[in-house]
Amino acid sequence: MTYHRIAALVVRHLYLYRRSLPRMMEIIYWPFLDLVVWGFITVYLATFQGQMPAVVTFLLGALILWDVLFRSQQGIAISFLEEIWARNLMNLFASPLTPNEFLAATMVMSLFKVTAVSIVMSLCAWVFYGYNVFMIGLWLMPFIVNLVLTGWIIGVLTTSLIMRFGQEAEVLAWSMVFLFQPISCVFYPLEVLPTWLKGVAWINPAAHVFEGMRGLLATHAAPLASLGWAAGLNLFYLGLVIAWFHHTFNVCKDRGSLVRVGE
Amino acid sequence: MSSAVVEVRHLTKRFGEFTAVDGISFDIRRGEILGLLGPNGAGKTTTLQMMLGLVTPTSGSIHMFGLDLQRHRGAILQQVNFSSTYMSMPYALTVEENLSIIGRLYGLSDIPRRIDDMVKKLEMAEWRHTLTRKLSSGQMTRLTLAKALLTEPKILFLDEPTASLDPDIANKIRTILLEERRASGLSILYTSHNMREMETMSDRIIFLQRGKIVAEGTAQDIVARFGQEDLEDVFLKLAREQ
Repeated sequence: MTYHRIAALVVRHLYLYRRSLPRMMEIIYWPFLDLVVWGFITVYLATFQGQMPAVVTFLLGALILWDVLFRSQQGIAISFLEEIWARNLMNLFASPLTPNEFLAATMVMSLFKVTAVSIVMSLCAWVFYGYNVFMIGLWLMPFIVNLVLTGWIIGVLTTSLIMRFGQEAEVLAWSMVFLFQPISCVFYPLEVLPTWLKGVAWINPAAHVFEGMRGLLATHAAPLASLGWAAGLNLFYLGLVIAWFHHTFNVCKDRGSLVRVGE
Repeated sequence: MSSAVVEVRHLTKRFGEFTAVDGISFDIRRGEILGLLGPNGAGKTTTLQMMLGLVTPTSGSIHMFGLDLQRHRGAILQQVNFSSTYMSMPYALTVEENLSIIGRLYGLSDIPRRIDDMVKKLEMAEWRHTLTRKLSSGQMTRLTLAKALLTEPKILFLDEPTASLDPDIANKIRTILLEERRASGLSILYTSHNMREMETMSDRIIFLQRGKIVAEGTAQDIVARFGQEDLEDVFLKLAREQ
């Protein structure tokens, strides 16, 4: 992997954000709206604090962490779509850029988005609802790292599907992540799921992160087991989807469809 | 002219039952301009895309600088570039930003100086800070050519590089390409539907029909072989046969 090629792609995407209001809205406006809506819900639910202790902490914390996963996935998938929309894939893949460098650049963009969105949401939660996401403590970092990894997994999977199936699959860039939301147990504990779905949720790394977060907030116990499962599953799936991305890339080159993606 | 910088051997590409390129072999020597001619669907674009590593051949081999493209893709593509009337550059970036990204992608040194040179050479100064989406098709063609020349390639693939240009700019582009070839020994694979241009630019011409090479040689050789008046008549004869 060569640093300057990864940096070139990152700079190319940063140029886009610099002068595009819709793209900046994706980082500031939508996360802000999300937070406002969920913030009012938690304010309302907080009036029943007696029956539902720590509801504010659970819901707003979960929302901010879910957005980490969501934006991380989008950072990858939308970066790929930007190249399709700009008809730039031929310029990129007829250069010395390798598929791994391309993925690495989208991952850097994903980190950029996650960081920007997290700052916006954390600040708004603190200013408007007096909620401090850092009350989770140092455990917040491994939670975030695992959710970023899960976002990358879904992002690379989405990108591979768009590359393989073309324009018709573009909608997956926005919808794919929501397929994983019910089994990520973001706003409710895993135990409320039906038995058959618990098994499915158990192999989803995000579910372990959110279970761990709830456990930490409720009992202050170190969420080592949850983080261990999440990290193990994440590394396994990440290896798998990157291998699948390479396979799809080669299939597209073989079929001659790589430079026609999106047409 | 000296040794071959491109060696294509028995190159074949099949898409299912359809054979787009059928066992073609050719060389390009250092400093040579090789014209690739053929009617639509003859296999020119597939050949170019295989040579750029964008399409995997079904069989056969492509060597550049003595290296196998399949195994040494990065090292080869560092010294190769391409331009096409039908390609695009990211619309939301300015001309200068696009060139700067290409410079970074290829790890070039002194990118601002190179961009200045290219802007001057291709007369792009007036619109170097313009968003690419606002360029005319002729300006876009010049931008893609600037992108290709910026990296100072040793091999250049050009797909109808003057198709959307006015005669004055087209003439300047041809002069620049010939000057690049003279100064740096640049080898060029050139496709065009402008037969006069092919005759004046190409040292040799390969004529493709249904994925096969049906004629190879200088423009005069090919015209003589098919007993026609000029290259355009040869093209029409072969295209109508296809």
